[in-house]
Amino acid sequence: MTSPTARPLAAQEADSADSASLDETPARQARRPVAAPPIAAVVQRKPADEATTGTAPATKVDIRHVNFFYGKFQALHDISVPLYDRHVTAFIGPSGCGKSTLLRILNRIYELYPGQVATGEVYVDGINILDPGLDLNRLRAKVGMVFQKPTPFPMAIYDNIAFGIRLYEKVSKSQLDDRVESALRRAALWDEVKDKLHDSGLSLSGGQQQRLCIARAIAIEPEVLLLDEPASALDPISTQRIEELIAELKTDYCIAMVTHNMQQAARSSDYTAFLYLGELVEFDETETIFTHPRVRRTEDYITGRFG
Amino acid sequence: MPLYARRRLSNWIIIGLSVAATAFGLLWLVMVLGTLLINGVGAIGPALFTQMTPPPGSSGGLLNAIAGSLAMTGIATLIGTPTGILAGTFLAEYARGNQFGELVRFINDILLSAPSIIIGLFVYEVMVVRMGHFSAWAGAVALAIIMVPVVVRTTEDMLRLVPSALREAAAALGAPKWKVVVLVTYRAAMQGMVTGVLLAIARISGETAPLLFTALNNQFWSTDLNRPMANLPVVIYQFAMSPYADWQLLAWGGALLITASILVLNITARILAAWSSFKP
Repeated sequence: MTSPTARPLAAQEADSADSASLDETPARQARRPVAAPPIAAVVQRKPADEATTGTAPATKVDIRHVNFFYGKFQALHDISVPLYDRHVTAFIGPSGCGKSTLLRILNRIYELYPGQVATGEVYVDGINILDPGLDLNRLRAKVGMVFQKPTPFPMAIYDNIAFGIRLYEKVSKSQLDDRVESALRRAALWDEVKDKLHDSGLSLSGGQQQRLCIARAIAIEPEVLLLDEPASALDPISTQRIEELIAELKTDYCIAMVTHNMQQAARSSDYTAFLYLGELVEFDETETIFTHPRVRRTEDYITGRFG
Repeated sequence: MPLYARRRLSNWIIIGLSVAATAFGLLWLVMVLGTLLINGVGAIGPALFTQMTPPPGSSGGLLNAIAGSLAMTGIATLIGTPTGILAGTFLAEYARGNQFGELVRFINDILLSAPSIIIGLFVYEVMVVRMGHFSAWAGAVALAIIMVPVVVRTTEDMLRLVPSALREAAAALGAPKWKVVVLVTYRAAMQGMVTGVLLAIARISGETAPLLFTALNNQFWSTDLNRPMANLPVVIYQFAMSPYADWQLLAWGGALLITASILVLNITARILAAWSSFKP
């Protein structure tokens, strides 16, 4: 697995050309799938529908042999898992198993804090994002994140969305208006806030705030969306709306989601990775994980026998 | 005595003691304000704000002292606010958990509790002695030095109250660190930081000791910052110690004026803090 030949062709090209470049703005709309096959050794079986049509989902993010350290404590041990484009992958496992940590590696947000180190390789479109020379801000513009607690900025609803757009793009007022509207529409929030775009984002309810955060994340047109327990602080109705939203968004994005809620993982995800004590126990399509898990520990966890 | 009655009794005793202690604290405040009002209100009038400090025995006001205090407090605020906010930002955003930050914080705490007369003497030594004369600049610098540690402390405290989830959310959008700080963290902590600056202004507007060694005093109207300048605290000090009744009355008036302005600053700060839209 570590031999160079196993790496996607695109990765080798990118490494030799410009390893720090994630910028492919012209190609943002036409998302370029990676030519390399997924890690067949990890994925035991293809989803039935895709197997019959013969089109395997494209690997968008390829996590390879990743270890993670909080100081001296090793939180992740040799994790290898692919994330497929236009599919939802759920990370499940008991508290402290490292699933949020794994998610936080994908946009290197952990680097805000000293003493946290990731080793191994994570390829996004064939580019190793753990490369120290990588432009972090570009990476984060491409890999969006939504957090457990809603985190609207203390500014108007409109400015919450415009914030990220203004960071990297020079757009006219009318273009900006359009971008804000379409982001809010995609996040299923437009109808509720269209008459109060200039009220504070903090004036919204918890569920609305979380959809605002999702709108803010997708407004900058990322390609990968990381959701860290996006509905765990919300009531059942808001949770349902978020789940509907995830189902819609996955037609365009590669989504990775951490959740404590088994039903949510079963309902919302296509693939599920079960982590335990910092190790990947099992990864497969969600249906298989929840009906015929190969590992006893996975079965015990999803049936609530421990954890 | 049954257990329940005993508990109720001890409850009443503790409440009684607490109320008595609160009343004892408030009593002095009320007496100070009352004395100020009774003695000072007679000095309040148009003359106080339009005429210069008089020689003994003639009528006058505090115009030059008011203007001098405003000028020096204003300059001190202009120097102290940006310095304090930037240093506080450094401590809260850039020096978390590093040794240099700990050292700066420790020194700042010492400066925070340094007696103001020491700061006056310091500025006297480095500015007044070298320039050869007292000046409003020296007064403003002394006030700024008193102001900086207060602003550093409140800025750092307020920025630390901003949850790191908010910083993560901004960074996760690809915002560089300085934009995260300026556009998101500052905005979240804005009310608290402004409150800190207002309280620092309130703190320096009554300082006497540092001005005695730096701006000294000036009986006349002066706008020259290179010369000694009148200011309320020193005028109050001088006039209150004098044997002349009209000077003493002006001192009461000045004291009432300073107290009233500090009260206004504090109330503004409280309103701002309560109005804060940011709830972590």
